[in-house]
Amino acid sequence: MTQSVPAGRVRPEDWLMVRPEGLYCAPADLHVDPTRPVARAVVTHGHADHARAGHGQVLATAETLAIMASRYGAGFAGRTQALALGETLSLGDVRLRLAPAGHILGSAQAVLEHGGSRVVVSGDYKRRRDPTCPAFEPVPCDVFVTEATFGLPVFRHPDDAHEVARLLEQHRRNPDRTIVVGVYALGKCQRLLRLLREAGYDRPVHLHGALEGLTRLYGELGVEVGPVEPATMAARERLAGAIVLAPPSAIADRWARRLADPIVAMASGWMGVRQRARQRGVELPLVISDHADWDELLATLRDVGAPRVWVTHGREEALVHAARGMGIDARALALVGFEEEGS
Amino acid sequence: MNRFARLLDALAFTPSRNGKLRLLRDHFAELPDPERGWALAALTGGIDLPSAKPAMIRALVAERVDPVLFTWSYDFVGDLAETTALIWPAPDAVAERRNAPPPTLAEVVAELTAASRAEVPALVAGWLDQLDATGRWALLKLVTGGMRVGVSERIAKTAVAGLGEVPVEAVEEVWHGLRPPYEPLFAWVTGAGDRPDPEAAARFRPMMLSHPLEEGELDAMAPAEYAAEWKWDGIRVQVAATGAERRLFSRTGEDVGGAFPDLVATLDFRAVLDGELLVVRDGTVAPFSDLQQRLNRKTVGTKLLTSHPAWIRLYDILVDGEEDLRGLAFDARRERLETWFSDRRPARMDLSPLIGFTTWPELTELRAGARAAAIEGLMLKRRASPYLSGRPKGHWYKWKRDPLTVDCVLMYAQRGHGKRSSFYSDYTFGLWTEAGELVPVGKAYFGFTDDELQQLDRWVRNHTTNRFGPVREVEPGLVLEIAFDGVQRSTRHKSGLAMRFPRVARIRWDKPAGEADRLPVLEAML
Repeated sequence: MTQSVPAGRVRPEDWLMVRPEGLYCAPADLHVDPTRPVARAVVTHGHADHARAGHGQVLATAETLAIMASRYGAGFAGRTQALALGETLSLGDVRLRLAPAGHILGSAQAVLEHGGSRVVVSGDYKRRRDPTCPAFEPVPCDVFVTEATFGLPVFRHPDDAHEVARLLEQHRRNPDRTIVVGVYALGKCQRLLRLLREAGYDRPVHLHGALEGLTRLYGELGVEVGPVEPATMAARERLAGAIVLAPPSAIADRWARRLADPIVAMASGWMGVRQRARQRGVELPLVISDHADWDELLATLRDVGAPRVWVTHGREEALVHAARGMGIDARALALVGFEEEGS
Repeated sequence: MNRFARLLDALAFTPSRNGKLRLLRDHFAELPDPERGWALAALTGGIDLPSAKPAMIRALVAERVDPVLFTWSYDFVGDLAETTALIWPAPDAVAERRNAPPPTLAEVVAELTAASRAEVPALVAGWLDQLDATGRWALLKLVTGGMRVGVSERIAKTAVAGLGEVPVEAVEEVWHGLRPPYEPLFAWVTGAGDRPDPEAAARFRPMMLSHPLEEGELDAMAPAEYAAEWKWDGIRVQVAATGAERRLFSRTGEDVGGAFPDLVATLDFRAVLDGELLVVRDGTVAPFSDLQQRLNRKTVGTKLLTSHPAWIRLYDILVDGEEDLRGLAFDARRERLETWFSDRRPARMDLSPLIGFTTWPELTELRAGARAAAIEGLMLKRRASPYLSGRPKGHWYKWKRDPLTVDCVLMYAQRGHGKRSSFYSDYTFGLWTEAGELVPVGKAYFGFTDDELQQLDRWVRNHTTNRFGPVREVEPGLVLEIAFDGVQRSTRHKSGLAMRFPRVARIRWDKPAGEADRLPVLEAML
């Protein structure tokens, strides 16, 4: 059966398509999160697989631009333009607006309108509360482009407070050991710091050097994380009974030898699967994720009410399967435009 | 059940023995009876439940979850119990069930024990609805009968002993007279009750263990004060028979009698004996690998019973009839053992002979000549010593024959666990074939000092040629002198050989890899 197109309406796949450098909106000459240098890009958030240096022009939230400048240096793009959440920008006959995604500080969904239809490119997102950024806003649309990092029903992230309580319980039971928590430098680190403060932990938290810059930047952008100290120079005795945050690559490697009999923890959505945790030598897996879990993914598809869903980043096939079961015309983004007519 | 689940979960992620002990001790201290007793029973294999088969779990989950999504999830997770625990949907429709408190471990055990096989699926499904993901995982591990959290019976008993001022040997002493959920045991160790009376049952007496003989120690020892006997290469066991009950215990007090019905059938006496479990054919002791085929079996076929007959070579007597002999000196016990043996003539047993000698050099020569496969070395026992539990100093010595050695080439290194998780501390090494190819022959993770570990770790990092997850392949450039106690044929290894107790004897920084040994050198040691 051929898809019927109402008169005067252009099909979204005719103006939004997958190119080798990323998702491309032709009438606006605009790429979304391109992985290679392009003339004009809208960047949903500052993680390196979405935000690259070397574009001609970058549109993003002020926070994302600041994060990119901190990671890549001030000259990371030819030109930059900050867009406030909710502000609309016209690019030819395309209207672009950013809506909060709830993923990390500065994260946004790109809302694109053209030819009478609206496409929302969510970038990465989650639905639960995050003390470091505004909550995800469901935007009703014709096509919803969703991530699927945790697109399997075995991923059901528990409550953050529950996981932080487990961390503090281990801390209480092991007063002479260091607890070293593996965290991503951008987002997870600062969110965990805030969650610790909310749980009443007010002692200084020690940070690996690779986490210090972005944590300072978060402070400048108004996200207070409480007292932090460098872990790298601290004496072993001072780190007994301390909580140390470090990048995942450092927690079980040579860097960790400076710590006092460390308990290796890791804060990540992957920690819900035991074998994953054990492979990384993790003793205390904390399921704290900046991505939507399975239930959040399905709830989001219901909330945005899009008749069509394009799935990218992760386990596309399972989410496509589940969305089709909900009566949604879902497909993997990589395949959009490559299918035979009527498939 | 949720507390027990959290304990299992934490144990599964805690590599160190001390860490596991602390978790267990806290659990036993914080939980009331009978919950803690059932936890102890679950960890020591003391619960006999009508076990649920994986097929039953699959059927339960198929009723609630899209089979396509389940298949993809199972492929990703790789473990049926864990996949089911994670994917099990929260029962929105059955609100009263979700709001009911989750079952206790004691309730689970009681209801499962009382249930018929047909009732088990509905019971399990009901509990899955009430538990959280970790609780569901623990429940499924419990009902499918595989805990696999790295807790030995000995660690669990040590944790119980740690609740009070009781040594673990004392717990082992009473253990076999007790049944789950062990209320009298907890009462006793915490000072709230009397010592349980274990006399009624054929129980385990903690065994007397030896120390390795260190270099130069012989000089300070008088030959006349010591008896010597061969150290047989089998499994040290204790026979406990009361006439009514007949048991065969391993060194740590685990009942291994189930795998040796041929032996147990012959224990028609009242005594407690110490000896070496062996496979003996026509008076000749078979290699250890033959005994291995008889171990860890629930049932033994008649064919194996005939082809691999079990035998005990006796070392000592602890109890004769009603009389506890452990307070007697070794010489007196030996006399009692010989008398008992000649009176009884037990089938499938013989005496481990004492070796006559007058000087240490004489014994040293005898030891050097002992190359029979079934002899691991010598035991020296002080003639005046009573039978003491544990590993008391200054009484018994093991004097193993010198290990065999080969010079191997380091091939792969893997990260260790716990304190060693940042070090490449597990080494796979190989030997050259005639064709000039390197084939792995074994794996070793000890035998070096902490300083040497640092050097090895650095060498591995600087000579890596390939990575496979936690494993690094290194260029063939470092020679390790590997010591081992024996070598056997093996179909599991590419080289066709397997070493016993391989360890790093020396790091040969000086030796070029090309000059390491060739495979035929190891084959000649078979």
